Amino acid sequence: MTITAPPLETSAGAAPPTLEAVDVVRRARRAPSRRHRLLVSGLALLVLGAFAARVLLGDYTVTVVDFFRILFGEEIPGATYIVMESKLPRAVLAVLVGLAFGVGGAIFQTTLRNPLASPDVIGVSLGASAAAVTAIALAGWSGWPVSAAAVAGALAVAMTVRAVAGDHSGFRLVLAGIGMAAAMQSTIQYVFTRVDEYDVQLVLRWLTGSVNGVAWSTIGLLALCLAVLLPATLLVARALPVTELGEDVAAGLGVRRSRTDGLMLLGVLLIALGVAAAGPVAFVAFLAGPIARSLNQGRTTLPAAGLVGAVLVLVGDYAGAYAFADLNLPVGVVTGAFGAPFLLWLLVRGGRRTGSRTGRTSA
Amino acid sequence: MTTRTLVDAGTPGTGPAAGSPEAAATRRPGLPSTTATCVAVVAVAVVLSVVVGARAVPLTAVWSDTHPLHPVVEARLERTLLALAVGAALGLAGALMQGLTRNPLADPGILGVNAGATFAMVIGMTAFGANALSQFLPLAFAGAALATVLVHAIAALGRDGATPMKLAITGAALTAGLMSWTTGLLLADRKTMESFRFWQVGTVGGRGLDVLLVGAPFLVAGAVLALTGARLLNTLALGDDLARGLGRRTTRDRLVLGLAIVLLAGTATALTGPIAFVGLVVPHVVRGFVGPDYGRVLPFSMLAGAALVVLADTVGRVVLPPAEVQVGIMAAAVGVPFFLFLIRRTGRSL
Repeated sequence: MTITAPPLETSAGAAPPTLEAVDVVRRARRAPSRRHRLLVSGLALLVLGAFAARVLLGDYTVTVVDFFRILFGEEIPGATYIVMESKLPRAVLAVLVGLAFGVGGAIFQTTLRNPLASPDVIGVSLGASAAAVTAIALAGWSGWPVSAAAVAGALAVAMTVRAVAGDHSGFRLVLAGIGMAAAMQSTIQYVFTRVDEYDVQLVLRWLTGSVNGVAWSTIGLLALCLAVLLPATLLVARALPVTELGEDVAAGLGVRRSRTDGLMLLGVLLIALGVAAAGPVAFVAFLAGPIARSLNQGRTTLPAAGLVGAVLVLVGDYAGAYAFADLNLPVGVVTGAFGAPFLLWLLVRGGRRTGSRTGRTSA
Repeated sequence: MTTRTLVDAGTPGTGPAAGSPEAAATRRPGLPSTTATCVAVVAVAVVLSVVVGARAVPLTAVWSDTHPLHPVVEARLERTLLALAVGAALGLAGALMQGLTRNPLADPGILGVNAGATFAMVIGMTAFGANALSQFLPLAFAGAALATVLVHAIAALGRDGATPMKLAITGAALTAGLMSWTTGLLLADRKTMESFRFWQVGTVGGRGLDVLLVGAPFLVAGAVLALTGARLLNTLALGDDLARGLGRRTTRDRLVLGLAIVLLAGTATALTGPIAFVGLVVPHVVRGFVGPDYGRVLPFSMLAGAALVVLADTVGRVVLPPAEVQVGIMAAAVGVPFFLFLIRRTGRSL
């Protein structure tokens, strides 16, 4: 107590801050933001590198010159088809869903102040997925109504979990989410038994997540949605650092709860759109936030989380396609298989630290 | 009465009667009437399971061999028996897990035991070409045992030890990871996938008596171990220190009970596929009727688990015609709302 509380007269009758002190504060505030800019541009370069590797390398190598010739409409037998119908759409979709999952996951983890409260741990992605498979396989829908169903499913799960957890957004929320995830899982498995053998691959996409074989029109639609949602998110997210202090403090500092709720809604939309396009690519939303945070010295950063998500999906897809000979694994299998150990590790490590309940230690 | 009070004090939040054991004991129905009710429920469930289905069967067809619907009756009897056995095993395994870990949220499905058994069996199918139940059983046991140990070991690391919350999250994480690995293996092997997607949801339909007969010895062994372990559980419920003070070797006790859980949950998973939430719901409901004494909770959990799975299977046959809703999904439909309710009720104590 004696250490933390300064003598009364100094704090009451403090002299006006000297020029030097202003300078120190200014530098202290600038350093993280400079570091953040560096991090974001570094990650953007990494995404570009992974993107290039995904498009140019692999079992069929394309030179950079050829790639641009193809891109500007020149027909190269064989290569044109492989690039335009397989490699390029895969890579573009990977970047888009990676951004969506990364940003959406980071929103969940920070507004709910729990690194475990990512959309795939608490069943939001599976809710989108379950609604989509039900719409496709049992109701016979296709096209944009399926995406609408996915968004509705994600919203329904998010609202149920929030209602069950009540005001305790910590452990109860995660546990309620685990229960909802189990329910959504069994819904998907039920639909899985109702489809015929030829649709199994299709349904499997909704169980694990894959960026393979998606039409350019879907990718365009997703890009359009993200072009609106991501800037809107960044705008609303300016309140994020304050909301991380807790709902009461945030309200005291003038950030109304409707603002965090709006941010959560944007997070749900991002996740649902990503799932509608590529299925619930496991653990990307979960991993991206903490990784971006630790790269950013423990500060939440949505742009970096989105870019980390894009790198994860690109690398996961590349590994799934080429790491195992004559086996083309969907990206969700790869991220799920390697993401779960990370979740376990985080759980073990989080338990050792006193502040584990606030989510700040996920850095 | 002293024992029960102590047990109650040692298991906060595990039973509705935890607050006032005396008052609850007087309100509780007597043991004979509870037994009678339980047996009656099981009997009604069995009769319904034989009679109800895509095609209703008159009771006369049950007795006469010549009745045109008699084959239907036989098929339904076989699946009813399987449902009884698996339900009893899951109810018992759930009660054991909840007692052993003093964790109100324990269930073989939630804590990753089923996922471990499933994963081991899929490895056996794709890598070693296993296709008979006798080959699946050892695989399922190994997988269930490994998953149990892994989940508890990981959850126990760190400062707070294995809290119910950490166990549930560890189980969920392990389940998610194992499912990804399982899917990866299945994608490499289309034929296994085709049979697996029906097995994965947990169903008692279309499996003959021979399947049950292979699994029966293991189920019986597990049940005997479990039922003789009632006193161990009552002592363990006092807390490890007190149990050791009373002369129990807690590590050995835990190993014996863990073996029973692996036998029961592993066999059940090998027989029907993963069925979650039965082990969660049943012991809670049973404790509400018979109190926290494991000498009663365990046998009644067996009966109630059997009744629940048979009823779930029966309702699943008619709820969404023309197709069946598998028992694993019906169990989740009942179990998830119950799980959410438990979380709301236990609140901050988790």
